[in-house]
Amino acid sequence: MSDEKKLALIATKGTLDWAYPPFILASTAAALDYEVQIFFTFYGLQLLKKDLDLKVSPLGNPGMPMPMGMDKWFPTIGTAIPGMEAMMSGMMKSKMKSKGVASVAELRELCQEADVKLIACQMTVDLFDMQPSEFIDGIDYAGAATFFEFAGESDINLFI
Amino acid sequence: MSDYTEKFDATGLNCPLPILRSKKVLTTMNSGDVLYVIATDSGSVKDFDAFCKQTGNELLESSEAEGKYHYYIKKA
Repeated sequence: MSDEKKLALIATKGTLDWAYPPFILASTAAALDYEVQIFFTFYGLQLLKKDLDLKVSPLGNPGMPMPMGMDKWFPTIGTAIPGMEAMMSGMMKSKMKSKGVASVAELRELCQEADVKLIACQMTVDLFDMQPSEFIDGIDYAGAATFFEFAGESDINLFI
Repeated sequence: MSDYTEKFDATGLNCPLPILRSKKVLTTMNSGDVLYVIATDSGSVKDFDAFCKQTGNELLESSEAEGKYHYYIKKA
Protein backbone atom coordinates (compact mmCIF):
# COMPACT_ATOMS: atom_id res chain seq x y z
CA MET A 1 0.00 0.00 0.00
CA SER A 2 1.68 3.18 -1.15
CA ASP A 3 -0.74 5.43 0.74
CA GLU A 4 0.12 3.77 4.03
CA LYS A 5 1.26 6.31 6.61
CA LYS A 6 4.63 5.87 8.25
CA LEU A 7 5.87 6.59 11.78
CA ALA A 8 9.55 6.62 12.71
CA LEU A 9 10.59 6.72 16.36
CA ILE A 10 13.96 6.98 18.07
CA ALA A 11 13.95 5.53 21.61
CA THR A 12 16.87 6.75 23.69
CA LYS A 13 15.80 6.17 27.28
CA GLY A 14 15.91 3.01 29.38
CA THR A 15 13.75 3.70 32.42
CA LEU A 16 10.33 2.26 33.22
CA ASP A 17 8.49 5.55 32.69
CA TRP A 18 10.22 6.34 29.41
CA ALA A 19 9.66 2.83 28.08
CA TYR A 20 5.98 3.58 27.62
CA PRO A 21 5.86 6.42 25.05
CA PRO A 22 7.64 4.58 22.22
CA PHE A 23 5.73 1.31 22.68
CA ILE A 24 2.33 2.97 23.20
CA LEU A 25 2.74 5.22 20.17
CA ALA A 26 4.14 2.45 17.98
CA SER A 27 1.47 -0.11 18.85
CA THR A 28 -1.35 2.42 18.49
CA ALA A 29 -0.02 3.70 15.17
CA ALA A 30 0.18 0.10 13.95
CA ALA A 31 -3.46 -0.37 14.97
CA LEU A 32 -4.23 2.69 12.86
CA ASP A 33 -2.56 0.95 9.92
CA TYR A 34 0.69 2.91 10.03
CA GLU A 35 3.92 1.23 9.04
CA VAL A 36 6.18 1.75 12.07
CA GLN A 37 9.87 1.51 12.87
CA ILE A 38 11.58 2.20 16.19
CA PHE A 39 15.32 2.80 16.32
CA PHE A 40 16.70 2.01 19.80
CA THR A 41 19.92 3.74 20.70
CA PHE A 42 21.99 4.22 23.86
CA TYR A 43 19.86 3.54 26.98
CA GLY A 44 16.89 2.81 24.78
CA LEU A 45 18.49 -0.58 24.08
CA GLN A 46 17.36 -1.68 27.55
CA LEU A 47 13.85 -1.83 26.10
CA LEU A 48 14.90 -4.66 23.79
CA LYS A 49 16.35 -6.92 26.49
CA LYS A 50 14.78 -10.35 26.96
CA ASP A 51 14.93 -9.76 30.69
CA LEU A 52 13.18 -6.42 31.12
CA ASP A 53 14.35 -5.06 34.45
CA LEU A 54 13.25 -1.46 34.05
CA LYS A 55 13.23 0.96 36.94
CA VAL A 56 12.04 4.44 37.67
CA SER A 57 13.98 6.76 39.94
CA PRO A 58 12.67 9.59 42.12
CA LEU A 59 16.25 10.89 42.27
CA GLY A 60 16.53 14.19 40.43
CA ASN A 61 12.89 13.96 39.34
CA PRO A 62 10.85 16.61 41.17
CA GLY A 63 7.86 15.91 38.93
CA MET A 64 7.42 12.33 40.10
CA PRO A 65 4.34 11.87 42.30
CA MET A 66 5.25 9.89 45.42
CA PRO A 67 3.10 7.98 47.90
CA MET A 68 1.79 9.77 51.01
CA GLY A 69 2.54 13.11 49.36
CA MET A 70 6.23 12.45 49.95
CA ASP A 71 7.10 14.63 47.00
CA LYS A 72 5.90 17.58 49.11
CA TRP A 73 7.84 17.02 52.35
CA PHE A 74 10.46 14.30 51.80
CA PRO A 75 13.93 15.88 51.44
CA THR A 76 15.31 15.57 47.91
CA ILE A 77 18.55 14.08 49.19
CA GLY A 78 16.49 11.28 50.77
CA THR A 79 15.65 9.99 47.29
CA ALA A 80 19.29 8.90 47.06
CA ILE A 81 18.88 6.41 49.95
CA PRO A 82 19.68 2.84 48.84
CA GLY A 83 16.51 0.95 48.09
CA MET A 84 14.46 4.00 47.14
CA GLU A 85 14.71 3.23 43.44
CA ALA A 86 13.64 -0.39 43.90
CA MET A 87 10.80 0.67 46.18
CA MET A 88 9.49 3.33 43.84
CA SER A 89 9.80 1.01 40.83
CA GLY A 90 7.83 -1.67 42.65
CA MET A 91 5.13 0.78 43.67
CA MET A 92 4.87 2.18 40.16
CA LYS A 93 4.53 -1.31 38.67
CA SER A 94 1.81 -2.37 41.10
CA LYS A 95 -0.06 0.90 40.55
CA MET A 96 0.06 0.37 36.78
CA LYS A 97 -1.26 -3.14 37.18
CA SER A 98 -4.13 -2.02 39.40
CA LYS A 99 -5.11 0.66 36.87
CA GLY A 100 -5.19 -1.76 33.95
CA VAL A 101 -2.12 -0.26 32.29
CA ALA A 102 -0.30 -2.74 30.07
CA SER A 103 3.15 -3.95 31.04
CA VAL A 104 6.06 -2.87 28.87
CA ALA A 105 6.60 -6.49 27.81
CA GLU A 106 2.96 -6.77 26.73
CA LEU A 107 3.09 -3.58 24.66
CA ARG A 108 6.34 -4.73 23.09
CA GLU A 109 4.75 -8.05 22.14
CA LEU A 110 1.78 -6.21 20.61
CA CYS A 111 4.24 -4.14 18.59
CA GLN A 112 5.97 -7.26 17.31
CA GLU A 113 2.67 -8.92 16.46
CA ALA A 114 1.71 -5.82 14.48
CA ASP A 115 4.96 -5.98 12.50
CA VAL A 116 6.51 -2.89 14.05
CA LYS A 117 10.14 -3.03 13.01
CA LEU A 118 12.49 -2.83 15.98
CA ILE A 119 16.04 -1.79 15.19
CA ALA A 120 18.92 -1.89 17.66
CA CYS A 121 21.71 0.61 17.13
CA GLN A 122 24.71 -1.56 16.27
CA MET A 123 27.18 1.09 17.44
CA THR A 124 25.66 1.23 20.93
CA VAL A 125 25.52 -2.57 21.14
CA ASP A 126 29.26 -2.62 20.45
CA LEU A 127 29.96 0.34 22.73
CA PHE A 128 28.37 -1.30 25.76
CA ASP A 129 29.68 -4.78 24.88
CA MET A 130 26.13 -6.12 24.69
CA GLN A 131 25.41 -9.54 23.17
CA PRO A 132 22.63 -10.28 20.68
CA SER A 133 21.67 -13.16 23.00
CA GLU A 134 20.57 -10.58 25.59
CA PHE A 135 17.98 -9.19 23.19
CA ILE A 136 14.60 -10.49 22.07
CA ASP A 137 14.34 -12.30 18.74
CA GLY A 138 13.05 -10.67 15.60
CA ILE A 139 14.95 -7.40 15.82
CA ASP A 140 17.36 -5.84 13.34
CA TYR A 141 20.79 -4.37 13.98
CA ALA A 142 21.69 -1.30 11.95
CA GLY A 143 22.93 2.26 11.95
CA ALA A 144 21.81 5.82 11.40
CA ALA A 145 21.73 5.56 7.61
CA THR A 146 19.22 2.71 7.87
CA PHE A 147 17.02 4.84 10.12
CA PHE A 148 17.00 7.66 7.59
CA GLU A 149 16.03 5.35 4.77
CA PHE A 150 12.68 4.91 6.53
CA ALA A 151 12.51 8.23 8.43
CA GLY A 152 13.08 10.19 5.24
CA GLU A 153 9.80 8.98 3.81
CA SER A 154 7.87 8.96 7.10
CA ASP A 155 4.89 11.18 7.91
CA ILE A 156 5.88 11.48 11.57
CA ASN A 157 9.32 11.33 13.20
CA LEU A 158 9.72 11.48 16.96
CA PHE A 159 12.79 11.46 19.18
CA ILE A 160 11.93 10.01 22.58
CA MET B 1 -28.37 -1.38 19.22
CA SER B 2 -28.23 -5.09 19.87
CA ASP B 3 -27.12 -6.82 16.69
CA TYR B 4 -23.44 -7.60 16.55
CA THR B 5 -21.14 -10.26 15.15
CA GLU B 6 -18.58 -10.34 17.93
CA LYS B 7 -18.30 -8.91 21.41
CA PHE B 8 -15.14 -7.77 23.16
CA ASP B 9 -15.08 -6.85 26.83
CA ALA B 10 -12.32 -4.29 27.52
CA THR B 11 -13.52 -3.63 31.07
CA GLY B 12 -10.63 -2.60 33.33
CA LEU B 13 -8.19 -2.06 30.50
CA ASN B 14 -6.48 1.28 30.10
CA CYS B 15 -5.13 3.18 27.09
CA PRO B 16 -4.07 1.96 24.57
CA LEU B 17 -5.20 -1.61 25.26
CA PRO B 18 -8.93 -1.22 24.45
CA ILE B 19 -8.01 0.02 20.96
CA LEU B 20 -5.19 -2.46 20.39
CA ARG B 21 -7.21 -5.50 21.46
CA SER B 22 -10.30 -4.35 19.55
CA LYS B 23 -8.16 -3.95 16.44
CA LYS B 24 -6.92 -7.51 16.89
CA VAL B 25 -10.49 -8.80 17.03
CA LEU B 26 -11.46 -6.71 14.01
CA THR B 27 -8.71 -8.25 11.90
CA THR B 28 -10.30 -11.68 12.41
CA MET B 29 -13.71 -10.40 11.24
CA ASN B 30 -15.20 -9.87 7.79
CA SER B 31 -16.16 -6.65 6.07
CA GLY B 32 -19.61 -5.55 7.23
CA ASP B 33 -19.38 -7.44 10.53
CA VAL B 34 -20.13 -5.48 13.70
CA LEU B 35 -17.89 -5.55 16.76
CA TYR B 36 -19.44 -4.64 20.09
CA VAL B 37 -16.91 -3.27 22.62
CA ILE B 38 -17.50 -2.57 26.31
CA ALA B 39 -14.92 -0.38 28.05
CA THR B 40 -14.42 1.45 31.34
CA ASP B 41 -11.60 3.76 30.20
CA SER B 42 -13.19 7.23 29.88
CA GLY B 43 -10.49 8.24 27.38
CA SER B 44 -11.74 5.54 25.05
CA VAL B 45 -14.70 7.69 23.94
CA LYS B 46 -12.51 10.02 21.91
CA ASP B 47 -10.08 7.24 21.05
CA PHE B 48 -12.66 4.98 19.41
CA ASP B 49 -14.00 7.94 17.48
CA ALA B 50 -10.48 8.78 16.27
CA PHE B 51 -9.67 5.13 15.59
CA CYS B 52 -12.71 4.70 13.36
CA LYS B 53 -12.13 7.97 11.50
CA GLN B 54 -8.57 6.96 10.68
CA THR B 55 -9.14 3.32 9.81
CA GLY B 56 -12.33 3.74 7.79
CA ASN B 57 -14.35 1.47 10.07
CA GLU B 58 -17.75 2.88 10.93
CA LEU B 59 -18.64 3.78 14.50
CA LEU B 60 -22.34 2.94 14.47
CA GLU B 61 -22.90 3.85 18.08
CA SER B 62 -20.99 5.23 21.05
CA SER B 63 -22.82 5.47 24.34
CA GLU B 64 -22.32 5.50 28.09
CA ALA B 65 -24.40 3.77 30.73
CA GLU B 66 -23.66 3.21 34.42
CA GLY B 67 -19.95 3.95 34.11
CA LYS B 68 -19.42 1.73 31.09
CA TYR B 69 -18.85 2.74 27.52
CA HIS B 70 -20.41 0.87 24.63
CA TYR B 71 -19.20 0.94 21.05
CA TYR B 72 -20.55 -0.70 17.93
CA ILE B 73 -18.01 -0.76 15.13
CA LYS B 74 -18.82 -1.90 11.61
CA LYS B 75 -15.77 -3.25 9.85
CA ALA B 76 -14.93 -1.55 6.56
